[in-house]
Amino acid sequence: MIEVNNIYKSFEGNDVLKDVSGVFESGKTNLIIGQSGSGKTVLLKTIVGLHEVDKGEIIYDGRSFTGMHTKARKDIRKEMGMLFQGSALFDSKTVEENVRFPLDIFSEMSLVDRIDRANFCLKRVHLENVNHLYPAEISGGMQKRVAIARAIALNPKYLFCDEPNSGLDPRTSIVIDELIYEITKEYNITTIVNTHDMNSVMGIGEKVVFIAEGEKCWEGTKDEILKSDNSRLNDFIFASKFLKQLRAGV
Amino acid sequence: MAFLYQTGRYFLFLGKVFGRPVKHRIFFKQIIDEIDDLGIGSLGIVIIISFFIGAVITLQTAYNIELPIIPKYTVGVAARDTILLEFSSTIVSLILAGKVGSHIASEIGTMRVTEQIDALDVMGINSAGYLVLPKVVAMIFINPFLVMISMGVGIGGGWLAGASTGVVPSPEFIYGIQYGFIPFYVTYSLIKSVVFGFLIASISGFWGYYTSGGALEVGRSSTRAVVVSSVQILLFNLILTQLLLA
Repeated sequence: MIEVNNIYKSFEGNDVLKDVSGVFESGKTNLIIGQSGSGKTVLLKTIVGLHEVDKGEIIYDGRSFTGMHTKARKDIRKEMGMLFQGSALFDSKTVEENVRFPLDIFSEMSLVDRIDRANFCLKRVHLENVNHLYPAEISGGMQKRVAIARAIALNPKYLFCDEPNSGLDPRTSIVIDELIYEITKEYNITTIVNTHDMNSVMGIGEKVVFIAEGEKCWEGTKDEILKSDNSRLNDFIFASKFLKQLRAGV
Repeated sequence: MAFLYQTGRYFLFLGKVFGRPVKHRIFFKQIIDEIDDLGIGSLGIVIIISFFIGAVITLQTAYNIELPIIPKYTVGVAARDTILLEFSSTIVSLILAGKVGSHIASEIGTMRVTEQIDALDVMGINSAGYLVLPKVVAMIFINPFLVMISMGVGIGGGWLAGASTGVVPSPEFIYGIQYGFIPFYVTYSLIKSVVFGFLIASISGFWGYYTSGGALEVGRSSTRAVVVSSVQILLFNLILTQLLLA
């Protein structure tokens, strides 16, 4: 479980996060939604420690991440896996080397075991026979799957996904969403997904936090979202004509 | 103010770069890869430039010595000293600042804007140390070798140009390059090459590491890396010359 308590973050006097709090539970896919520029990515990067909070606290299963020394943070980081918006695979490494990378760095496993583990992770994301290809040689959807495989290589307790469906077609987006959901359940991971894709919200949003202009405006489940009377949330959710008609029952 | 800010940031960056490597086995493999990529990959341009500049130095020196009382072997002396003292260490390092510096800055800059560095940080890896330290060590190690090769090829180019055109007969050129030879000039040149290798890799790594934005900024970082490392090479050339030859 990850707790975020009253965090603030600003860049050069520009307040990006203002008093954001929330609890992200284990074994659930927790979604952070909001418009582009609402502060979702900054919130996610602050939770994983890529940005330092100006004020507030982030707690990983009772361990205060914000007050932690760099060395102690490293131990928590080994329990994290992250899927970036653009996959962030290492261009100079093959698919297998990318998945094996965290194992090469942190595990004491033999090379054979590391290769086996990488193959297992690749199979888990339904990728085979791509081990020796480079990221530039595979499709965007496959790159996302490789990034998921890399993120789960060390059996993480926490999985962070920054707009996992950006740039993907609807069918591939569903495949990625399902993978994230299945892996969360299978390994009882605390998963936080940043998205503005309503298909993801309705598909895997067990808990949804809505951010607007750096503030938390609403939280609930995917079932509650359609019935909410929060005007800012409704403006975001029903921005498309199709959803407006759906809500009106046309 | 910006100068002081960037200088302070550079030294803080060096603190991160010289952090403990993640695993020694991986670190040494990275160094070998970087020696191959940055050093062996630059061998071609170093040989070509050294050969032709060595030849031109010899011919220009010969054509500018008009007094018949000055013996021909002085062309060999002048070519040797120019190559040993300045060309092979400083000019070759300036060329490498362009080739290797832009390569390092654009590689690391691209990794920054495509979030590959963030991915390393999230994993708990010291990204600055992981990416830049092997390049710094590789450049410190390989640059003196490149400079020594440049010395040999430059003098060889001068000898071939002089002998083939008949401007400086071969025995006189060979006598010239041995005449009054001061071995410390080689040491001086190698000391400079170590410092310049460090400057090229660390400054270029610094500009690449702190790239923010997109392709345009990667290009700008690359340009800055080349300009700043070239200026620093010239500045340290002056300082080291005063310190070592005064």
